[in-house]
Amino acid sequence: MFMDFFWAFVVGGAICVIGQILLDVFKLTPAHVMSSFVVAGAVLDGFNVYDKLIEFAGAGATVPITSFGHSLLHGAMTQAEEHGFIGVAVGIFQLTSAGIASAILFGFIVALIFKPKG
Amino acid sequence: MITKENYKNDIKNYQPKPKLLKNCIKAFVVGGLICLIGQGLTVFYTEVFGFSEKAAGNPVVTTLILLSALLTGFGVYDKIGQFAGAGSAVPVTGFANSITSAALEHKSEGLVLGVASNMFKLAGSVIVFGTVSAYIVGMIRYLIEQFL
Amino acid sequence: MKIGKQSWQFNQGVYVQAAGTVTGPREKQGPLGEFYDYSFDELHCNEKNWESAERALLQKSIDICLGKTNIRQDAIDLFISGDLLNQNVSSNYVARDIPSPFLCVFGACSTSMETVAIGSSLIDSGNCKNVIASTSSHYSTAERQFRYPTEYGGQKPDTATATVTGAGTLLLNNEPSDIQVEGATIGKVIDYGVTDPLDLGSAMAPAAADTIVQHMKDFGRKPEDYDLILTGDLSSVGSPIVKKMTEQSGYDMEGIHRDCGLMVYHTNQQVFAGGSGCACSAVVSYGYILQQLKENNLKKVLIVATGALLSPTLVQQKETIPCIAHGVVLQRTDV
Repeated sequence: MFMDFFWAFVVGGAICVIGQILLDVFKLTPAHVMSSFVVAGAVLDGFNVYDKLIEFAGAGATVPITSFGHSLLHGAMTQAEEHGFIGVAVGIFQLTSAGIASAILFGFIVALIFKPKG
Repeated sequence: MITKENYKNDIKNYQPKPKLLKNCIKAFVVGGLICLIGQGLTVFYTEVFGFSEKAAGNPVVTTLILLSALLTGFGVYDKIGQFAGAGSAVPVTGFANSITSAALEHKSEGLVLGVASNMFKLAGSVIVFGTVSAYIVGMIRYLIEQFL
Repeated sequence: MKIGKQSWQFNQGVYVQAAGTVTGPREKQGPLGEFYDYSFDELHCNEKNWESAERALLQKSIDICLGKTNIRQDAIDLFISGDLLNQNVSSNYVARDIPSPFLCVFGACSTSMETVAIGSSLIDSGNCKNVIASTSSHYSTAERQFRYPTEYGGQKPDTATATVTGAGTLLLNNEPSDIQVEGATIGKVIDYGVTDPLDLGSAMAPAAADTIVQHMKDFGRKPEDYDLILTGDLSSVGSPIVKKMTEQSGYDMEGIHRDCGLMVYHTNQQVFAGGSGCACSAVVSYGYILQQLKENNLKKVLIVATGALLSPTLVQQKETIPCIAHGVVLQRTDV
């Protein structure tokens, strides 16, 4: 269990360091970095690499935004196996819906309650 | 000598050196800590509520998003972000912060045209690129699996 | 009267009658906090959104300025104002409640000296008697228009600046007072190809250097003729560049130059390279510098307000950032 935590910390931190290098050295905007990361997550999952990383690092691989790309593809592939081509479209948001729905809901509620602090 | 033709190079010595190492260490520690919290939540949901490790993913992500939205509302997440850079932007909490901060900022223009219309101003690119790339990769993989 | 290539000398006598400076809480905690007439203790300035907060600052600075004299509001021949927001909304909307003819200008952060130069010229020519020149900026309205939502956790580099929350107003006319507007130099738009909207000090330094050098040439002066040459918001990045560039042209400002962006905050206030925004040069000049002139600690000052004329849309279209700087000479009437 301790090793699970250790690798979650190290792998999650390392992914963030890659992001920091993209920001500082390559002067990308945060939006460009995030977009690149989801694409990278989807592509890595296309080669079945991301699942291995999750097995190894747990939350270190599921918490960074790269896992969003991985989940999108995973959902799409699961449905594609059942329904063929159309399954890609049917399943694409299947695994990510909890994340997107809660982000929308909590974002909306917070906007209702709070005031920007500046 | 500072010249117009070569201005960007001529002024290099006057610009503060980017603290790459320091920024990377801060990103590593904060990003690692957020993932560590995620790991802790995974254990919590599997041990206490009996989720399988895979099924625990959803409540873990939801909890992190809730925390991030609240910290954004209290005006704390932008300060964490200034300190940690990519460390707080890359985890899913950064995604939630980009949605919540945009929604909150545009509250003054009303719920429909302000909050709702602007919510995905920053996070939209992540969803668009994620969906398009997953779609393309998914199609390719499906074709390969079917015909090879 | 035109003097040299880009400058005006006001021979008929244009005088500063009163000033009003208003800031937010962070500026109050800065080194010049005691010199501002009024400071709100929170960023919202008791208003419901950021844009109305900025208008409250501007309105307050005008009220305070006029309150210091016995000139009635309907005796104002012209109100000149500008700010950073799209359609100059702060100025235009505040002007609804001002019963004077109104000219709105946009010069980004150079607006303060642009309004003073225009107003002085109109008084000098006899077209106006009493003119109020105002400008305002607000940290949060600028963040949300030019950058990201205020609660967004993006990391800013050390070259970034913090927009000053505040507003400044100057009342000018032709009746002799302690301080006079002696001349002005109108800047050209200068673009040295900087594209980074988070490094405006580097972008604006060439514009400031161009205006300062032109000013010296037009008036046949040297930097030593001034007690102080003050730039608007070049920050810790742009200040050494402008010094180097004027020195290259034969005008060494060592020991004479200061920058409002470096004076308005303490270095430990987490403001990156310094302060910026229309109000940066306005509150420092109309608050602190005028006081120093009145107390005879300074006799003759050249204030060069610097503006980066960028738009977020054009930055995303990969355009470079054009910049401008306008200079105004304030001096004690008895020199």
